[in-house]
Amino acid sequence: MSVIYEKIYNVERDDYANAGLVSSLIKQSLRTIGISPAVSRRVAVAVYEAEINMIIHAYGGTITLQISDDGMIRLIAKDKGPGIPDIEKALTPGFSTASKKAMELGFGAGMGLPNIKRNADEFSIESSPAGTTLDLKFQERE
Amino acid sequence: MKTEEIAKVLNAKELSAAGEHSSDKEYTMVFATDLMSDALAMIQNAPEQTVLLTGLCNAQALRTAQMLDLELIVIVRGKQPNDEIVEMGKDFGITVLTTPLTMYEACGVLYREGMRSIS
Ligand SMILES: Nc1ncnc2c1ncn2[C@@H]1O[C@H](COP(=O)(O)OP(=O)(O)OP(=O)(O)O)[C@@H](O)[C@H]1O
Ligand SMILES: [Mg+2]
Repeated sequence: MSVIYEKIYNVERDDYANAGLVSSLIKQSLRTIGISPAVSRRVAVAVYEAEINMIIHAYGGTITLQISDDGMIRLIAKDKGPGIPDIEKALTPGFSTASKKAMELGFGAGMGLPNIKRNADEFSIESSPAGTTLDLKFQERE
Repeated sequence: MKTEEIAKVLNAKELSAAGEHSSDKEYTMVFATDLMSDALAMIQNAPEQTVLLTGLCNAQALRTAQMLDLELIVIVRGKQPNDEIVEMGKDFGITVLTTPLTMYEACGVLYREGMRSIS
């Protein structure tokens, strides 16, 4: 298995005006290259939640899209901190520390991380004060 | 229900119409929320038959609909989306309606007309 396509997108801290733009671009790319609507939708929902988290909870970062020759889609969302002190708590549906500004955007239900995990076929999260990295993999489900 | 029928019972105005065939589309389900991550977590089946009812009148409502492959958003409580949001609707092929009704009233009316919760 080898990576046949890679693109790195920047996500800026506090860039509320463009929140979701990277996810829109990724979704469009996937549809253009012929990834099924069902998989494109799972990827889009997961990456959108990750992108919003990077903007409202973190200091921005990058989202990397990789596609392999076996059809696997991988997304790596890597931010610049401040990290998640208790990952288990953060993964609990309903847990949120969202600010008023984030709530105004329509976020802060505490559903993002659990929903990312459900949509991805493989999910891993690592976090330290230097940053949080989500590594997600998606494949066609039979 | 068709978009036209939904607009009529909600006394709603159409701000962006999606595609030529959008008027023939039949919607059967409604999900109502102001929190986009609830919509992103709950709407899992038949997005093309699902209407998003929301009081959130910003770009994230349109982005959320785009990620979920939704085609019809109804904004409640008489909020008026700005031009940017109307343009996004056009770009994404999403019809945007705005109704003066409250969320509760809009849900009640659509339920009475036979629209049901998401499955
Ligand atoms: N990239 C991140 N950096 C720092 N903290 C984060 C990050 N992502 C999530 N968190 C923390 O984990 C909590 C739960 O995240 P989750 O995405 O599940 O919910 P939320 O963002 O608060 O609300 P929602 O996603 O439903 O709009 C957040 O409130 C925040 O405290
Ligand atoms: Mg979140």
